[in-house]
Amino acid sequence: MSITATDEALTAVPSEFTRRGGGGPAGKRIVVAYGFWIFILSDMVMFSALFATYAVLSGNTAGGPTGAELFNLRNVFIETVCLLLSSYTCGLGALSAERRQPTRFFVFAALTFLLGAAFLIIEATEFARMVQNGAGPSRSGFLSAFFALVGMHGAHVTSGLLALVYLSAQVIAKGLQPAVLRRLLCWSLFWHALDIVWVGVFTLVYLMGVHH
Amino acid sequence: MSGDHEGVFDDRAPGLEEHDPTAGYLSYTVGFALAIVATLASFFVAQTNLIWAPGIPVGLIVLALAQIGVHLVFFLHLGSDRDSTNNILALAFGMLVVLLIIAGSVWIVGNLNSNMMPM
Repeated sequence: MSITATDEALTAVPSEFTRRGGGGPAGKRIVVAYGFWIFILSDMVMFSALFATYAVLSGNTAGGPTGAELFNLRNVFIETVCLLLSSYTCGLGALSAERRQPTRFFVFAALTFLLGAAFLIIEATEFARMVQNGAGPSRSGFLSAFFALVGMHGAHVTSGLLALVYLSAQVIAKGLQPAVLRRLLCWSLFWHALDIVWVGVFTLVYLMGVHH
Repeated sequence: MSGDHEGVFDDRAPGLEEHDPTAGYLSYTVGFALAIVATLASFFVAQTNLIWAPGIPVGLIVLALAQIGVHLVFFLHLGSDRDSTNNILALAFGMLVVLLIIAGSVWIVGNLNSNMMPM
C-alpha cells in the first residue's frame, strides 16, 4: 500500500489504462524509428503490387524465353548470400555504432557496402546479358514484370548504398551523436527490409520460375 | 492495489535491441545462421527430385515465410514482448494490405483470364 509520489502519478488511472503510453510520450528515437517502420511497410505495399503484377504476368512469355531458360540459379544463390551477409554485417555495424565504437562501425559499414555492391554488379551483369540476348523488358509481359520487380529492388539497393556513403560521411563529420545514430537505425531497418523483399524475389521469381 | 504493475512499460523502436552487451551479436549470428539454413533449403528444394514435384511450390513458400520470420525476429527485433506492440500492429496492418493486393490481383486477373475468348 505504500507507494511513492511518482508511482501515484503513474497509477492515477486504473493500471490497464497505464500500460501503453503510461510513462508519457515516447522518446524521439522510438518515434523516429516507428515512423520509418511505417514508411517501410508502405514500401512493402508498393512491392506487393509489383509482386502481384509478376504473379499475374509470369506465364505470358509471348513465345519468348521463359524463366527456366533465362535464370542462372548459381548467380542468384551468390546474390542471395551477398545480400544476407550484408544484412548481417549491417546489424553488427548498427550494434557497434550503438556502443560508440567508430572503428568497428566503419569496418562493418565497408563490408556492408562491398557486399551490397557485389550483389548489384552481379544483378546488373545478368540484366545486361538478358537484354543482349533479346530478353529485354519489351520482349514479353513476363519480362516487363520481371524487370519492374527485380529492377525496383535493385534501385532500392542502389539508393541504400548511396545513403550508406552519405551516413558514413556524417559519422566522420559529426561523430556518433544521437541524431546520426537515429539515422543509422533507420538505415539498418531499410537494409534489413530489402533483404526481406529479396527473400520473396528469389523464391517467387527465380526458384519457382526455374521449377515451372 | 497498485502494486501489481510488472516493471516499466516502455515503447520499443523497431530494429533496436535491449541494452544487453552480449545478446546483440548473438542474436544477429543466430539469425544469420537460421537464414542461411533456410536459403540453402530453398535452393535445394527447388532443384531436387526427392520431393513430389507439385509439392515444391508449397515447400518454397513455407521456407520463404520461415526466413521472413527469422529476419523479423533476429534482424528487426520484432518480438512478442509488450514493448513492441505498436510495431507489431503496424506490421499486421501492412501484411493485411499486402495480402489483399496480392491475393486480390491474382484472383481477379486469374478469373478474367479464364473468361477470355480463345484467340
